[in-house]
Amino acid sequence: MTDQTDRAPHDAEMIDVRPEGHVPDTVANAAATPDREQPYGALGLKADEYAKIREILGRRPTSGELAMYSVMWSEHCSYKSSKIYLRQFGQKVSPAMKKNLMVGMGENAGVVDVGGGWAVTFKVESHNHPSYIEPFQGAATGVGGIVRDIISMGARPVAVMDQLRFGDIDAPDTARVVDGVVGGISFYANCLGLPNIGGETYFDAVYQGNPLVNALAVGVLRHEDLHLANARGVGNKVVLFGARTGGDGIGGASILASDTFSSGGPTKRPAVQVGDPFAEKVLIECCLELFRDELVEGIQDLGAAGISCATSELASNGDGGMFIELDNVLLRDPSLTAEEILMSESQERMMAVVRPEKLDAFLAVVAKWDVETSVLGEVTDTGRLVINWHGEEIVNVEPRTVAVDGPVYERPVAYPSWIDALQADSASSLPRPTGNAVLREQFLELLGSPNLADKSWVTNQYDTYVLGNTALSFPDDGGMIRVDEETGLGFAIATDANGRYCQLDPKQGARLALAEAYRNVAVTGAVPAAVTDCLNFGSPEDPEVMWQFSQAVEGLADGCLELEIPVTGGNVSFYNQTGTRPIHPTPVVGVLGVIDDVAKRIPSGWQDEGDNIYLLGTTSLELDGSAWAGVVHDHLGGRPPAVDLAAEAQLAQLLHAGGDQSLIAAAHDLSDGGLAQALAEAVMRFGVGARVWLGEVLERDGIDVATALFSESTGRVIVSVPREDDVRFRGLCEGRGYPVARIGVTDAQSGSLEVQDVFTVSVDELRSTHRGTLPARFGATIGE
Amino acid sequence: MRVGVVTFPGSLDDRDAQRAVRLAGGEPVALWHGDHDLKGVEAIILPGGFSYGDYLRAGAIASFSPIMADVVDAANAGMPVLGICNGFQMLAEARLIPGAHTRNAHQQFIRRDQRLVVENARTDWTNGFTEGQEITIPLKNADGRFIADAETVKRIEGEGQVAFRYVGVNPNGSMDDIAGVTNARGNVVGLMPHPEHAVEEGFGPDTPAAMSSGVDGLTFFTSVLERALAK
Repeated sequence: MTDQTDRAPHDAEMIDVRPEGHVPDTVANAAATPDREQPYGALGLKADEYAKIREILGRRPTSGELAMYSVMWSEHCSYKSSKIYLRQFGQKVSPAMKKNLMVGMGENAGVVDVGGGWAVTFKVESHNHPSYIEPFQGAATGVGGIVRDIISMGARPVAVMDQLRFGDIDAPDTARVVDGVVGGISFYANCLGLPNIGGETYFDAVYQGNPLVNALAVGVLRHEDLHLANARGVGNKVVLFGARTGGDGIGGASILASDTFSSGGPTKRPAVQVGDPFAEKVLIECCLELFRDELVEGIQDLGAAGISCATSELASNGDGGMFIELDNVLLRDPSLTAEEILMSESQERMMAVVRPEKLDAFLAVVAKWDVETSVLGEVTDTGRLVINWHGEEIVNVEPRTVAVDGPVYERPVAYPSWIDALQADSASSLPRPTGNAVLREQFLELLGSPNLADKSWVTNQYDTYVLGNTALSFPDDGGMIRVDEETGLGFAIATDANGRYCQLDPKQGARLALAEAYRNVAVTGAVPAAVTDCLNFGSPEDPEVMWQFSQAVEGLADGCLELEIPVTGGNVSFYNQTGTRPIHPTPVVGVLGVIDDVAKRIPSGWQDEGDNIYLLGTTSLELDGSAWAGVVHDHLGGRPPAVDLAAEAQLAQLLHAGGDQSLIAAAHDLSDGGLAQALAEAVMRFGVGARVWLGEVLERDGIDVATALFSESTGRVIVSVPREDDVRFRGLCEGRGYPVARIGVTDAQSGSLEVQDVFTVSVDELRSTHRGTLPARFGATIGE
Repeated sequence: MRVGVVTFPGSLDDRDAQRAVRLAGGEPVALWHGDHDLKGVEAIILPGGFSYGDYLRAGAIASFSPIMADVVDAANAGMPVLGICNGFQMLAEARLIPGAHTRNAHQQFIRRDQRLVVENARTDWTNGFTEGQEITIPLKNADGRFIADAETVKRIEGEGQVAFRYVGVNPNGSMDDIAGVTNARGNVVGLMPHPEHAVEEGFGPDTPAAMSSGVDGLTFFTSVLERALAK
């Protein structure tokens, strides 16, 4: 919950007022001047929220306390609109889901036992609004924030991935945002030495002015190294270390410096934080050494709401009391007021709780890494968070009232007025091609369309090799990292969200995102184990958006229960809308899987001559919300494909068994663009062609050729199987009763993808079509 | 054989370099930038990364680290020293090898599997190759463009100090497609691509034979080990 990220933008950022000779507002002063007017509205607090704060304190808040409550009670930090729905993730759980869960929701990141004494921690988080205002720094600090969450669990970060959604690829502003966001991620994650192993890049006009920049990080730890951020042990020191505190990332704090407003004050501070990945890299190594040498009780990262958040959360999660001398905070800018220091979101900072007898050793390690540090105060048993400034008490609160017991809203929910008409407008009535020339043309049009086109322009800017444990990365369906060099134990991870499906039906859309991320992990040969999510929606004050949100959460929570994999943590991002037009609901779902030995991983493309190609699953006429409907007909309507999660689980078991017995040479998930796109990608992966026939599938499923090629029915995967393993593989499918059809054979000599009696396209033409789209808009892909 | 790998603040591929030494049969020894202690190693690797965040110039600040004085003395006395990527930049900044590095010509960070031709197979780090041999190892850099004045380029070309050249694609605009250079003695080698990322089957570049099976980088590390054994 400590991530610095987007919250409802408010006007306060634009007003900056600096009184002459600012005098801090003390607790005594607040008690003595109950009627002083306070700018709570400009800080984003509602009148009833302000009244509640006065009731809690039994007086008006000081300006410092108001600063803390306003940021901690913001939508982003308090989850006040989403809390009543998110509870389902904790309620809809079976014993099986708890079995390997070491840390669940509510901590910095969830932790999953992956066996052999190892654990994996992972989380996805949004950084949407900063990334639109300043794409490079917004995206860079998004990576930085999620990585600090991972470190604070005691884990070494080992991989990142990003889920990016931009406006229409041809819109004038898109290239600016794409270039900045990709450059920022490249700059920050490469400099941290973390491989970027996957992610998503989508373009849709609904994200114009509201790009989505979600960042996911994964860390690895031994069970005994697990740490939780809490302030226990009266007398233990509270230490701030890392970068100095500056004026960056302060939202409305400057308002608090005065009780009179005027524009044009002397300073304008950027509301977007600025990242220094070198400082963060040093901080990672420093924290890992502090954990290894057992010099800290806990470490909390500083993100959204900075010191306000770290102190109140540490105290709430511990013995309940803390005393801080704010004068001890090391500053980049000595003119900062106390309120600004409390709210600053300067990056690359951490707060540790240290036993007094270990303080010298702690300071020695921090000095070794040239990291600056200062002792701010200590843990107390008063039950109060007390903060002094220049010897006077400026904050005296019960920490839980700041960090935990924030407002909870039951926002109005309304069934969208437009959705019945949208669902009635099915793509099945659109003309489907029957002629071979048109089928070929539409296949290539899809292959080169922005969302199905090759993303090397993006991914070539990311380091995939660093740390030496990357077993799979893009363009494979999931990323995979080796955890244990001795045994080969590893994890796979994939994320997915289809905003078009979610617009048609948010509940079904969330289930579809879950099903696809789950399947993307399964095709690598790993066993799906846990879920993280980043729920990107429009304004919660719009009842139709709240309906979409409630539906999506319900769909995801029920789906996870059905698949028996727990949600371990995540993030909600509201207010992704310009004016009254919200984005498509975009619940990004990340699934983590475990594999005993990464040597058994399954790639997404064909490598060998003469392997049999099988299509697992059945196909029906499901083109509503499909890439085909969008690209060829500019159409969005109907109901998204059906999902059978029991079948998905069965399919995952089949793939795992096949992978474990080394019967499967390649496996590739069918999703956007259907079978045609999957075949093309499997060919292009290693440049090995194939001959494919559709006859058996057309007859068995009762469909036409266009439906076979472009439908997006779920539960489907293409696999290639070496001839010598054919009998065993078929036995595996028949034993489980999973629908299977042999649809082709790999052909390394032909240099083409031939769909018999329909079309033939050379590997070169596939690649030039697939690779040309992004470079045509954003500049050449280097080395191509 | 003990091979030291120096960790600077911001080093990223130090653990990868240690793994490469181990897989080649050597004993990796972690060295710290702030020490004046080479711990009795017989060869040294300056690994890749963004030491000091590339502030000032890539490799510039690290080249003034305490341990670099010892590295320079050892190199001048003939100890094998390999600089990879950021380590290559440090070697240039420390004047152990000729040339310098600037921002990639296209201004972007680039990661790709890079073909190279071995131009000099006589150095301590390349003697396991044959001259003219093509190898593929990963490349990943933002400031990888090798430059030097015309006279220097002429001299190193003439005296066989170009160790590796890019083949097919020049990924960063380096002069004469130069990917790596050696000092005149052949004990100090620096290159921009990363041999330590192509040492283990399953985690290297793709090859025509199989996914991620490229191990061309291993020869760098076996070269130095075998030459030491032969002495």
